[in-house]
Amino acid sequence: MNALYSELQWLPRAPREFSERLKNIAHSDGPLGRALQALAQHALDLNQLTKLAKTIETARAKACAGGKSLDPLAPFRLAVLSNSTIDLIVPALVASAARHGLSLEVVQPSYDQVAQEALTPDSKVNRSKPDAVLFALDYRALPLKLSPGDGEASSATLQGTIGYLQALRGGIKSNSNAVCIFQTFAPPPETLFGSLDRSLPGTQRNLIDSINRELAEFVLSSGDVLLDVAGLAETVGLANWHNPQLWNMAKFSFSDELIPLYADHVARTIAAIRGKSAKVLILDLDNTVWGGVIGDDGLEGIKIAQGDARGEAHLAVQRLALDLRRRGIVLAVSSKNTDEVAREPFEKHPEMLLKLEHIAVFQANWNDKATNIQAIAEELSLGLDAMVFLDDNPAERGLVRKLLPQVSVPELPEEPAYYARTLAAAGYFEAVAFAAEDLQRAGFYQDNAKRANLQKQVGGVDAYLASLDMTIAFQPFDATGRARIVQLINKSNQYNLTTRRYTDPEVAEAESNPDVFTLQVRLSDIFGDNGMISVVVCRPVEGGAWGIDTWLMSCRVLGRKVEHMVLREILSHARAAGVHKLCGTYRPTDRNKLVVEHYAKLGFTKMGEEDSGLTRWELLVEGAEPETAPMKVVSQGFFAAVEKSRA
Amino acid sequence: MDEPQIYARLTQIFEDVFDEDSIQVTPELSAKDVDGWDSLAHIRLILTIERAFKVKFSTSEIGKLQNVGELVALIKVRA
Repeated sequence: MNALYSELQWLPRAPREFSERLKNIAHSDGPLGRALQALAQHALDLNQLTKLAKTIETARAKACAGGKSLDPLAPFRLAVLSNSTIDLIVPALVASAARHGLSLEVVQPSYDQVAQEALTPDSKVNRSKPDAVLFALDYRALPLKLSPGDGEASSATLQGTIGYLQALRGGIKSNSNAVCIFQTFAPPPETLFGSLDRSLPGTQRNLIDSINRELAEFVLSSGDVLLDVAGLAETVGLANWHNPQLWNMAKFSFSDELIPLYADHVARTIAAIRGKSAKVLILDLDNTVWGGVIGDDGLEGIKIAQGDARGEAHLAVQRLALDLRRRGIVLAVSSKNTDEVAREPFEKHPEMLLKLEHIAVFQANWNDKATNIQAIAEELSLGLDAMVFLDDNPAERGLVRKLLPQVSVPELPEEPAYYARTLAAAGYFEAVAFAAEDLQRAGFYQDNAKRANLQKQVGGVDAYLASLDMTIAFQPFDATGRARIVQLINKSNQYNLTTRRYTDPEVAEAESNPDVFTLQVRLSDIFGDNGMISVVVCRPVEGGAWGIDTWLMSCRVLGRKVEHMVLREILSHARAAGVHKLCGTYRPTDRNKLVVEHYAKLGFTKMGEEDSGLTRWELLVEGAEPETAPMKVVSQGFFAAVEKSRA
Repeated sequence: MDEPQIYARLTQIFEDVFDEDSIQVTPELSAKDVDGWDSLAHIRLILTIERAFKVKFSTSEIGKLQNVGELVALIKVRA
């Protein structure tokens, strides 16, 4: 079984305290729609879906009694007609619908009463005035007469079957006028002849193929809705889909393990009927649209070429984005980068499929991504629930989910080759019809979109930082860290104050020189270990001061106040060493505009500026009290450094 | 896996399946003792157990089960 699909891996895993949160909701008197939807937006198994559905039903009854609704969940009544046992599926449908913004009520007639319910005017289904009727039928419900090799008999069977389905539709249409949702039929894996079954008229596979094709055409022309269960079953494998033991025991149409997947597909289809599908795809750039970091690796260094395994993975993301745009999905960019640096690959890299003209709103700056996404939504005049945000960085995904829960944010696997598949599997852009206007839509938004100006910050970033449970670890340079230190010194371009490059022997020299103060910094958080993320070198200068020779940081941890914590650490060692002043220099390059205000933000005083743009800064050690950030500090190995300086 | 471990895991599973954390999982426990343990919940229980212990039961084994004690005996043979 492929876990991406069977375990809904585009959704974050259910929280450990799932049951407690459900109980809290059950006992709360507040508005519950949002809280229920938030819980539904996890990868839930059948038991969890069942529990959640129970809580939703109770909450709805309570809200209803008080004359209220489960706002913002939109009410929807779905009747399900089936030839199989759907008792375990119904709760899964209710819970999955909440994931997609719906408060779903399921009308479930007695077992296997499909024709009676559809054709009788005052049947339970027709009386309930459903918004839609789902014909959850499998191949066993069809009048399939096998006639291998007999073309005439097979076409009679085909016509008989389609006629039966049309009669069901006619009953619903004239008795309750609900939207009809038909399912394609998943053929069983067993064949009679083998491969010949596909081509020989009258075999089960050949008949089901023809029925599916005819049904699809009929649905497209009638304005009904198709749920491609055959496609879903093929995706996970027919042998995984069909479970003869469960059919024999309890008349389950397909494997219980795939109920969460099926239910999500039903829910996204209904959401699409209600116009709740997403309309905008917001792309991160570094390591999402291309491999590598443009600000550090440069135009020649990023991976986007055909023929490079890493590059092809990111090209697949671009291709999917472009295909989505052609069908009317608006594309936007949110990247932590300097604007012109981020635009460079779009303008100059020959292998890039995406061009600037495809991007309706391009947000490359150093704000947090929640702020940027909000600006994109405002710029496009679309709600946040129309946005999908694709980013390889779990910390960014977590931040956006926390601050903007209405935005859909797929989890991504480690391997970029699966990014495109994961995005597609999530089904955010499900549509039940396609019209000529859809082709124009992306361009329409684009014309109206200007680049949004971002001043206001989404609140709550500090609270988010605290929730990251960060640990920052300081150490002087040592032999173990040296390779990574040399790499950072020679690779970092953006968050790099002086861009001084040093070789391995030069770093080793700094490491053993008792007069030089060195710092390697590591950061871990709830998402894992970020490894070494910052490097500092201070050398003694005239008048008992330290000159900050090198200060660099990985952009991966921007916006975490790591630089404030690093300064606090430098200051404490400066005090211990009797140093009374820190002297900082900003040496501009074409890549490090990001840090032009670095020292100003940390409370240094500007002492001078040269024509080149180089600025000099000072901070008196005594009385300096930089801002602190919510993280655990570990400082180790400095005693050895003191020993070294005494020796 | 020894019996106490199996019972500990089963207690979690019963809590999950029946949404009820006060069930004492003993060898004598059977469907008549638990609210909501109908034929469908029984199947959901068996399917959850199969997945949790990575075992598969045959249709006739499932049909013959009388109480939790017999279920544990079956798990011990398979797991």
